[in-house]
Amino acid sequence: MWWRRKRSKEKARERLKLVLAYDRARLSPGKIENLKADLLEVLRRYFPTDDGAVEVRVEERGENTVLVAEIPVHP
Amino acid sequence: MEARAIVVTSGKGGVGKTTTTANVGAALAKLGEKVAVVDVDVGLRNLDVVMGLESRVVFDLVDVLEGRVELRKALVRDKRVDGLYLLPASQTKDKESLDPEVFRDIISQLLEEGGFDRILIDSPAGIERGFRTASAPAEGALVVVNPEVSSVRDADRIIGMLEAGDVNENFLVINRLRPDMVRRGDMLAVDDVVEILGLKPIGIIPEDEQILVSTNMGEPVVLKQDSLSARALMDTARRIHGEDIPFPPLEDRRGFFSALRRLLGGGS
Repeated sequence: MWWRRKRSKEKARERLKLVLAYDRARLSPGKIENLKADLLEVLRRYFPTDDGAVEVRVEERGENTVLVAEIPVHP
Repeated sequence: MEARAIVVTSGKGGVGKTTTTANVGAALAKLGEKVAVVDVDVGLRNLDVVMGLESRVVFDLVDVLEGRVELRKALVRDKRVDGLYLLPASQTKDKESLDPEVFRDIISQLLEEGGFDRILIDSPAGIERGFRTASAPAEGALVVVNPEVSSVRDADRIIGMLEAGDVNENFLVINRLRPDMVRRGDMLAVDDVVEILGLKPIGIIPEDEQILVSTNMGEPVVLKQDSLSARALMDTARRIHGEDIPFPPLEDRRGFFSALRRLLGGGS
């Protein structure tokens, strides 16, 4: 039923934007996962980190592709 | 379009490159241009059958490239419309026999000595040598894309490769669009595809079973019928030819809601 699910076109848009960001940057999503694991290792040396809350992704901003890391810092 | 040599490409197979090449070529000839449609899909030629000219093929592109026959002897003239010619691909040789530089010479011969106004080059699927050969002489491209994730992804890759190869006058042909699915949010709309790929559309072709019927018959739809797809393909050719043709509303013109909307004086 239409009110129960997200329109599949929106899902297609989101998936395409993500996969094209990686394609255009010539990065594989798996490599970003490895980077994230390495990053967590380094971060842990400096402060306690919540592994599940750390997010690393590639985003398109206009002409540029940027690597974005979001690391919540708990006091 | 300014480009006289135009490659029709997509990356992904099965999205409608050959049908687009055949119909846009035939439509441009109907508009008075002298057109050659060139099949570069060596080993898997299909443009001849889609156009219904398979029984008249004697020589092919590889015969020309390897100097066995003169270029003009390999051209098959389409008797249904003035100024339409096919240069068939070879069915027997493999793709590696096509050298981009030699192919470039063939295309410039067609333009300079053959007096052709427009060359449409039907590229093989993929991003390998066949694609590079097909796009080598091109100044512009029609990137055929279906409103579907795998096709859009491959189109993005192809657009990047075209630009890297200095093919710059590029447009989208959005093919197999289903207005009913777009309306209920289950298909990427024209605007989505255009936004994601960053190229303007020059053709928007609805899914139409008449395309299969015309391929069965070996008669490009633009030469025969007045179906939705035939009109959309004719419009595409007119835009390439230089006419300023707006995109008509995509909804089924006979539909109840669009009829109601027209009655109420609403726009598209």
